[in-house]
Amino acid sequence: MLNQNLPFMILATLSVFSALMVVLSRKPVHSVLYLIFCFFTIGGHYLLLNAQFLFAVHIIVYAGAIMVLFLFTLMFINLNKELEPHKSNLVKAAATIVAGTLLLVMVSTVTDTGNIFPTQVSQNEVGTVAVLGKKLYGDYVLPFELTSILLLAAMVGAVMIGKKNTES
Amino acid sequence: MQLTNRSEVVVNKVMTFKERLYFPAIISGLIITMKHLFKKRATVKYPEEIRPVAPIYRGLHVLKRDEQGRENCTACGLCAVACPAEAITMTAAERKKGEENLYREEKYAAVYEINMLRCIFCGLCEEACPKEAIFLTDRILPSGLNRANFIFGKDKLVEGVSNDARIDISKRTNAHRTD
Amino acid sequence: MEFIIVKFVLVVVVFLVSLGIAAYSTYAERKIAAFLQDRVGPDRAGPFGLLQPVADGVKMFMKEEIIPTHADKGLFILGPSIMMMTACMTGVVIPWGSTLIINGTEYPVQITDLNIGILYIFGVVSIGVYGIMIGGWASNNKYSLMGAIRASSQMISYELAMGMAIIALVMTTGTLSIGEIVKQQQGMHWNVFVQPLGFVLFIVCAFAECNRTPFDLPECETELVGGYHTEYSSMKLGFYLFAEYINMFISSAIIASLYFGGYNFPFIDQLGLPHNVLTLLGTLIFFGKVFFFIFFFMWVRWTLPRFRYDQLMHVGWRVMIPLALFNILLTAVIVLWQNGQFN
Repeated sequence: MLNQNLPFMILATLSVFSALMVVLSRKPVHSVLYLIFCFFTIGGHYLLLNAQFLFAVHIIVYAGAIMVLFLFTLMFINLNKELEPHKSNLVKAAATIVAGTLLLVMVSTVTDTGNIFPTQVSQNEVGTVAVLGKKLYGDYVLPFELTSILLLAAMVGAVMIGKKNTES
Repeated sequence: MQLTNRSEVVVNKVMTFKERLYFPAIISGLIITMKHLFKKRATVKYPEEIRPVAPIYRGLHVLKRDEQGRENCTACGLCAVACPAEAITMTAAERKKGEENLYREEKYAAVYEINMLRCIFCGLCEEACPKEAIFLTDRILPSGLNRANFIFGKDKLVEGVSNDARIDISKRTNAHRTD
Repeated sequence: MEFIIVKFVLVVVVFLVSLGIAAYSTYAERKIAAFLQDRVGPDRAGPFGLLQPVADGVKMFMKEEIIPTHADKGLFILGPSIMMMTACMTGVVIPWGSTLIINGTEYPVQITDLNIGILYIFGVVSIGVYGIMIGGWASNNKYSLMGAIRASSQMISYELAMGMAIIALVMTTGTLSIGEIVKQQQGMHWNVFVQPLGFVLFIVCAFAECNRTPFDLPECETELVGGYHTEYSSMKLGFYLFAEYINMFISSAIIASLYFGGYNFPFIDQLGLPHNVLTLLGTLIFFGKVFFFIFFFMWVRWTLPRFRYDQLMHVGWRVMIPLALFNILLTAVIVLWQNGQFN
C-alpha cells in the first residue's frame, strides 16, 4: 500500500510541511513563497487525481496571478520586526477560537470521507478539459453563470473604487 | 535665426487615427532598418586594414640624420621655444673629437625629450627648426599604461642609421611644396 | 523501457538544442545589431567570431561571485535558478516535428503532447515571474526592487491579453493540445490566416513577456542601472541573461507552431517522399520559421525605442485587452455562424 501511495505520501508531506512553514517562518516574504510551494504540491494532488485542467488553472490563477499580487504588496510595504503590529490578547484569543473551529470542521470532514488514501491513481475523466466543460455548461450552468456574474460585479466594484473621484 | 532647414516647430497636435494605430509607423521603421542590413559596413578592421591618412598628417616626431648618418639637431632650442604646449626639453653638449660621424655640427643635443602627453601635434617645432632635424611623420603614437613611458627620449625619437631604419618623410615635405 | 529511452533522448536533445540556440542567439543578436547599424559586430573569436558565445560563457564562469551582505542568500540564488528552470521547461510540449517510424514503431518528435499544452505553457510562464521578483527583492537594492516590480507588473498585465488572444485561437481549433493544433494546420491552413488579429496580439504580448524591446523596461540600462539583476554577477547574471534568450527561442517556437503551421509546409503531401524524410524536412522548416521569428525579435529590438511606463500600461490594459476581447467576440460569432447556429 505504501509503495502505491508513494507519490501521494511525498506530496502530502511536502504540502503539510510547506503549509506549516507559511505560519512559522519569520519573514513575510518567505511565508508567501512557502504558500506558493504549497499550491504547487496541491497542484500535484490534482494531477494524481487525473484532473490536469484543474492543475493548470490552479497554477496559473493561484500561483501565477494571486500570489504574485501578494508578493507584490509585501515587497512594497516592506514588513520588518520594528513595524510588526502587536495584537491585543482579545484578538489573539478570537483568532485561536476561529482557527480551532475551522480545524474541527476540517477534521470532521476528513473523518466522514472514510478512505483518505486513494488506493490507485484515479482513471476517471472528470478532470479533463472536455468532460469538465460539458459538466460546467451542462449540469452546473446556473451556478457557473451566477459565479461569473458575481465576479463581474466584483470587477465593476473594483474599477469604481479605483477610479479617481472627480466630483470632490 | 534659422540654422538648418531640418528644424521643426514643436506642436502638440492630436494624432490622427492612422498615426495612433502605430503599426504603419512601426513597419516603416522596420523597413528602414532592413535597408541598413544591405548597406556597406562603415567599420575599418584596424590592425589588418589601415585607413589612408592625409599626406600632411602630423603624427609621431622623428629626429632626422643626414645622408652620412649624422644627427641634424644642433640643440638650438628653437623648437622648444616654438612649442605652445612646452613639451620639448633638451640639454646641449659639445661634440668631442672623433664624434664627427655622429653629429653634423659642433653642438648637439645630449638629451632631447618630448612629453607626448603634452604634445598637441601642431607641427610648430618642425616649422621652427632651421636644421631640418625634427619632422612629424604619419606614425601614430602608441598607447601606454604608464605616464613615464610617454616621455620620449632620443632613443625613441632619432631614426636609425641603416638605410631601412630611415623614416620616410618625403610625403609630408612634398605636400608642403607649392611649385 | 524503450519508451523511456526514446523520451530521455528527446529530452536531452531538446535541452541541448535550446541551450545551443540560446547561446548562438546572443551571438546573432550582436551580429544583427551590428549589421542593422552598418557595423561588423564580433569577429575576433574564431572565424566570423563564431566562438564568441564560448568566450562569453568562459568569462561569465571566471568572474567573481558576489552576494551582497544584506541580501537574502537563499532567495538570491533561488531567483536565477527559477528563471532558468522555467525557461527550459516550456520546450516540453512543443511539437518539433511529425512522427518518426523506426522499426515499424511510430515515435512522435515531441516530448509529451499534454491535452492542456497551452495551459501548461501559461502555468510555466506565470511561474517565471517569480524568478525576477525573488531575485529583485532578495538583492536588497532599490534599483533591483524597482526593476522587479516593473517586470512583474508588466508580465502580469500582458499575460492577460496573451491568454485572451489564445482563447480565440482555442475557440477555432477546439483543442488545448499544441500537437493537435499543429496537426490541424496541415499544408497551408495556417492559423495566422484565421486569426490575424489574435496573432498580432500574441506576438506583441510575447515581446512583453520576454522583456524584449520595446518592452524592456525591467532591465532598461539607461534608467535602472540594470533592473532586477543590478546586484547579480558571474554565472547567476549569466543565467538571467541566458534565460531571456531561451525564452525568446521558446516563444518563437510557440508562435511558429500556434500560428504558422509548426512543421507543416505547403505541398507537403504532393512531394511523395517517404514519411521519415518528410518529418525531418518538416523539422528543418519548423526551425527555419523559429529562426525567422528570433530574427524578427532582434530586428524589432534594433528598430524601436522603449515605451514609457505609463504607455506600457496603457497599451497593455486599454488597447490589448479590449482588442483581445473584441477578437474573442468576433471569433465566437464566426464560429457559431459556420456551425449554422444562426440559421
